[in-house]
Amino acid sequence: MFENLSNKLDQAFKVLKGQGSISEINVAQTMKEIRKALISADVDFKTAKEFTSNVQTKALGQQVLTSLKPGDLLTKIMKDELATLMGSEKSDLNLTSKPTIILVAGLQGSGKTTFCGKLALHLKNKHNKKPLLVACDVYRPAAINQLTVLSEEVGVDVFKEIDNKNPVDIANNSISYARKNAKDVVIIDTAGRLAIDEHMMNEIGTIKDQVKPHETLFVVDSMTGQDAVNTAKSFNDTLDYSGVVLTKLDGDTRGGAALTIRSVVDKPIKFIGTSEKMDGLDVFYPDRMASRILGMGDVISLVERAQQQFNEEDARKIQKKIAKNTFGFDDFLSQIQQIKKMGNIKDLASMIPGVSKSIKDTDIDNDSFKGIESIIYSMTAEERSNPTLLNGSRKKRIAQGSGTNVQEINQLIKQFNQMSKMMKMMQGGGKAKMMQMMQGNNMPKL
Amino acid sequence: MALFDKLKNIFTGENKSVKAVEDNKHQLESSLAKTKKSFFEKLSKKVIGKSKIDENDLDDIEEVLITSDIGVETTLKIIHNLEIRVKKDNYINAEDLNTILKDEISNLFNNEDSKDFIVPETNDPYVIMVVGVNGVGKTTTIGKLAHKFKLAGLKVVLGAADTFRAAAVDQISIWAERVGVDIVKQDMGSDPASVAFDTLQSAKAKKADVVIIDTAGRLHNKINLMNELTKIRNVMHKIIPNAPHDVMLVLDASTGQNAIEQAKQFTAATKVNSLALTKLDGTAKGGVVIGISDQFNIPVRYIGVGEGINDLQLFNSKEFVNSIFNN
Repeated sequence: MFENLSNKLDQAFKVLKGQGSISEINVAQTMKEIRKALISADVDFKTAKEFTSNVQTKALGQQVLTSLKPGDLLTKIMKDELATLMGSEKSDLNLTSKPTIILVAGLQGSGKTTFCGKLALHLKNKHNKKPLLVACDVYRPAAINQLTVLSEEVGVDVFKEIDNKNPVDIANNSISYARKNAKDVVIIDTAGRLAIDEHMMNEIGTIKDQVKPHETLFVVDSMTGQDAVNTAKSFNDTLDYSGVVLTKLDGDTRGGAALTIRSVVDKPIKFIGTSEKMDGLDVFYPDRMASRILGMGDVISLVERAQQQFNEEDARKIQKKIAKNTFGFDDFLSQIQQIKKMGNIKDLASMIPGVSKSIKDTDIDNDSFKGIESIIYSMTAEERSNPTLLNGSRKKRIAQGSGTNVQEINQLIKQFNQMSKMMKMMQGGGKAKMMQMMQGNNMPKL
Repeated sequence: MALFDKLKNIFTGENKSVKAVEDNKHQLESSLAKTKKSFFEKLSKKVIGKSKIDENDLDDIEEVLITSDIGVETTLKIIHNLEIRVKKDNYINAEDLNTILKDEISNLFNNEDSKDFIVPETNDPYVIMVVGVNGVGKTTTIGKLAHKFKLAGLKVVLGAADTFRAAAVDQISIWAERVGVDIVKQDMGSDPASVAFDTLQSAKAKKADVVIIDTAGRLHNKINLMNELTKIRNVMHKIIPNAPHDVMLVLDASTGQNAIEQAKQFTAATKVNSLALTKLDGTAKGGVVIGISDQFNIPVRYIGVGEGINDLQLFNSKEFVNSIFNN
């Protein structure tokens, strides 16, 4: 029922593509669809309205009227507009002061403590810093323990005062401790709080006034809905934060909150959280996020996710096999298993441009590989490494063994051949050709 | 007193002072009414003296529904039904509109009244498994829920099956201590299914009335982690047939449309049969549960309205809808 944004936009563009040229009427229709799609991606109601009217104005401009393919141009305008809105380039932390003080704030459960651990590791490894983690969440049970465990995991020191219930004091004391102990970055973890909780907001305001942080980061859950606009504003009113951290982006949310926050408070998104592991921290790329919100495919993220799962050595072996044309069903099988490790197949596939449309109606789950797996398991080792051996009688035997029929086996072989061909193309850098194949209906069905 | 009666009393609030219940109600209403107040004032002014609602009014209604996270599809459904109703009447004033709107939203709620956990009088403990994505407030909800059961005079055992997140076991242990109930735990990193198994075994031996199993937060698109949840679920009936008797999905009220996918995936993995909506004391409206209730037929059982031990209330759909539109 709730289709993702890219399907919605595809629908919207269909309206456009059917028309010869762009008129006020068909743009308005399309824009309405786009607005709906943005809202379904959790973009704030008003932000979505503003955004679409901006795009509409541009779409009705000359460049579009002279274009032969209005849909393509509209896509481009929209993506550019989105990326611009979210900040055209990535924004780094200011780490010049010694010590650099970083204050971390946000709602309950947004992922502040986890982020603090990740940031400490990031600064330690990538910037060669000696960070100090400061436990100022004196309210939530075991919050201090949590930060302590994380500090041990990432190998940095933690500052805590178990009996002190005053976060302002703890924060102040941590700064002198950092100075004495030659720490060059101080990361202050604070308790989660609601923007309308005056007492708690005053408290964090006081912490900020006293420790005078060089960076104040607002941590927000990427799954946040329409409330993002209120929360982002309120925290900004109190803290005037210098950047935003978007967490839990390894989920399947479209992340419309990113657009909302960016456009409402005009603060850069400095980091994104992409897993529960301590190295799951990435800098924010507005361009990729624009693609994600628009469902236009995010190949870079896909590749990165694959890199996390794929053993590099395995990958090299496979590359060799592809190059030598000895890629067999065993490799195919292990690829399937790797893919399964990467998460939801539909979600993964939708990251590939042009694919999300074609898988719209298919409900892909990981069981979809079961048939393929059982066919391959029914092959002999010889057949697996040399698929050309598969003749009629062998196919019949395999069909019996796997509880399928010869037709299904033929189909798998066909898919396998297509896949091998595609991989060869990737190898040979024939990206354009490959895309062409994917856009058409030659994409092997999962 | 029979278990069930004790429970019923505590959950219907009969042994609470009436004032406390009223206070809670006001707390919810006042927080929900914050932004809505101006909306109906605005709408009344517009509709007065008109014979029908025009496009602009519908736009305003759309805005208020959307900004409550009710979602595009559900909002369009509500507005469509509203238009049909309005067409039948020649004259409609703001008050009627208000009533009809509330009506239409209430219609989508499958649960008229939130229902209590019904603990049957058997020898086996009643087992509740709590699931959800990271940071929604599972452990806090469990602490509050345990407190409710304890007040009802029931013997509660908690199972610390979040063995993954740093200090998660400490967090629920502190809650167990605070509430004064038993807890079964193992080391961090141990198999959560084994913790669940141990908890049920221990609870059975102790003749406990209720078991609540905490689980690690997980994003619903991580297949391995969802499979793990299925395994935790499946291991329980080896000790107690039909356990878990209830699987409660905890949703954060500030979550947007992704909550629908959460409900879908967690239901597929663990057969969720009730919801808890947390953090309703903030500015978020939690409107996405309307669509979830409409699509999946899972009732919302509890709402979380604060970090205190008593800040868990029975969900009342009428009150929830009223609070959105009260003026």
